[in-house]
Amino acid sequence: MKVLIIDDEPLARSIVKEYLQKHPQLELVQECNNGMEGLKAIQEYKPELIFLDIQMPKINGFEMLELLDHPPAVIFTTAFDEYAIRAFETHAIDYLLKPFSRERFDKSIQKYILASGSRSEMDPKNITTEKETMDLLETASKSPAQSQRIVVKNGSQIKIIPAQDILFLEAADDYVKIHTKDGYFLKNKTMNHFEQVLDPAHFVRSHRSYIINIQQITRIDPYEKDSHIAVLRTGAKVPVSRNGYARLRQVLGL
Amino acid sequence: MARPPFSINRFRIIFIICWLVILSETIFMLKWYGGGWGWQVAVIDGLISCLVLFIFCLPLMNILRYHTPRQKYYFNIFIWCVFITGVWLLVTHWLLSLILEQYAGYIFFLDQSQILRGSIGLLLTGCVALVTVIWYHWEEQKENEKRKQDAVQLSKEAELFKLRQQMQPHFLFNSLNSINALIGTQPENARKMVQQLSDFLRGTLKKEETQWVTLREELQYLGLYLDIEKVRFGNRLKTLIESDALTNQMKLPNLLLQPIVENAIKFGLYDTTGETLIRIQASDEENNLLLKVENPFDPETSVSSQGTGFGLKSVQRRLYLLFGRNDLLVTEVNNNVFTTLIKIPQAEKINEMK
Repeated sequence: MKVLIIDDEPLARSIVKEYLQKHPQLELVQECNNGMEGLKAIQEYKPELIFLDIQMPKINGFEMLELLDHPPAVIFTTAFDEYAIRAFETHAIDYLLKPFSRERFDKSIQKYILASGSRSEMDPKNITTEKETMDLLETASKSPAQSQRIVVKNGSQIKIIPAQDILFLEAADDYVKIHTKDGYFLKNKTMNHFEQVLDPAHFVRSHRSYIINIQQITRIDPYEKDSHIAVLRTGAKVPVSRNGYARLRQVLGL
Repeated sequence: MARPPFSINRFRIIFIICWLVILSETIFMLKWYGGGWGWQVAVIDGLISCLVLFIFCLPLMNILRYHTPRQKYYFNIFIWCVFITGVWLLVTHWLLSLILEQYAGYIFFLDQSQILRGSIGLLLTGCVALVTVIWYHWEEQKENEKRKQDAVQLSKEAELFKLRQQMQPHFLFNSLNSINALIGTQPENARKMVQQLSDFLRGTLKKEETQWVTLREELQYLGLYLDIEKVRFGNRLKTLIESDALTNQMKLPNLLLQPIVENAIKFGLYDTTGETLIRIQASDEENNLLLKVENPFDPETSVSSQGTGFGLKSVQRRLYLLFGRNDLLVTEVNNNVFTTLIKIPQAEKINEMK
């Protein structure tokens, strides 16, 4: 089985490499310095399993995974425990907190082998039985990590959209349209995902199908009965439902 | 800016009562010593004299609000008082002789009493000036006191924050992970890194008694931190520190430079892929310690290019609390190089934390 290590610190890669030597069935095909390199290597080698750091230059671990249509099995290796919730949402095999022991590492490998043997997608519930993981999720829930940017694929190009440049998000079937002043980009995610990931002080779900960046709003006009319409700086108009209006008023302090 | 005395209700009442007392006293004196013209003249004279003097005192108080002379120039205040009293004498003389002309002997009485009126006027303006100066001194003292307290509080918070947020999850665990990796392959280097990390941690913990340090000490401490980062990131991190014998002896509030370099590393090293050069330059500019920290950054991926993060904001705030100035930290973006400049005044250590 082919394995890839993606981490920006050489020593962090070398410890994984060292621990991997006891598992000859796993063949290390490449080490990558950052998310961009990782992306290329995954497309080239199609590994079954990757060891992935989260905080990396260019694009981080989560952003890299989001760009893949068929992501391999992932074991996160990171020093940040505030990302644990998001990590498990991506159906990761495991979450190794640096520094980790050989025993802990071997356990992750076992989990992976079990999961790949059963051929079923890993259910996060199966791993939350461990006390360690429970603790991890508890600390993480106290400091949810918000995204400052969204990474999208635009043809073969990768585009990084800073959160403040987003005008609004619009639901479009299985995709979400991310509207910016340079046009819109599509991302294969749900509205609920973005509602959780974006900073709630700046992004408000104004409607079932819309999330709006409140810094872009110039005014909110009444529209038909019970509903409103928000006018943005660019002149774009975004529907605001009755519940959405209440949420907007709360965030804007009206 | 200090509050003017009139913004306080109690002061306003006391001030008005004082003037009413002075007014009634003046009227009684005029009635007693005057030429026996009756109440009417005494009241008119007293009212005009007091009212004009009151009006003249307002600009005096206002001047003192914006310009309190230093101790050795207190004589200036006296000159202002003399000037105001002189003008007041002229104006009241003109007004009174115009209104009370028809009373026989009044003009003579007015001329005769000029010296006495002058001295009383000078006494009163002097009192007003004195009270105002004391008031603003007191206000300034209170403000300084508050600023000093805030400064102490903030440096404590910064220290706590550093320990909690910046070092623990991120720097500390990653360093430990590096040590873990070194133990297997290069035990000597692992040992060295444990030493460096301990020295660095100890340095952060004991920084409480001595609040100002020389640049040499701060750079030594910084060196430990940079060495650890160099082990973590291999040859990717290069540093260039330029400081001469003179600047080495200059002083700065402790833990001030380090957050700036951390910020530089965060954007320069964690967020770029190639080799990263962090350049720290110290120079002496008219008895100010000038520190320049340069780092490359990736304009494409660094979202907070306007910015800062906790590091620079806290430095800016600390500089304000220490020196009462907002212009001591400047950042520049130039051709993918981010520059942070801080200026630390040397002679002025009035607000030095104990």
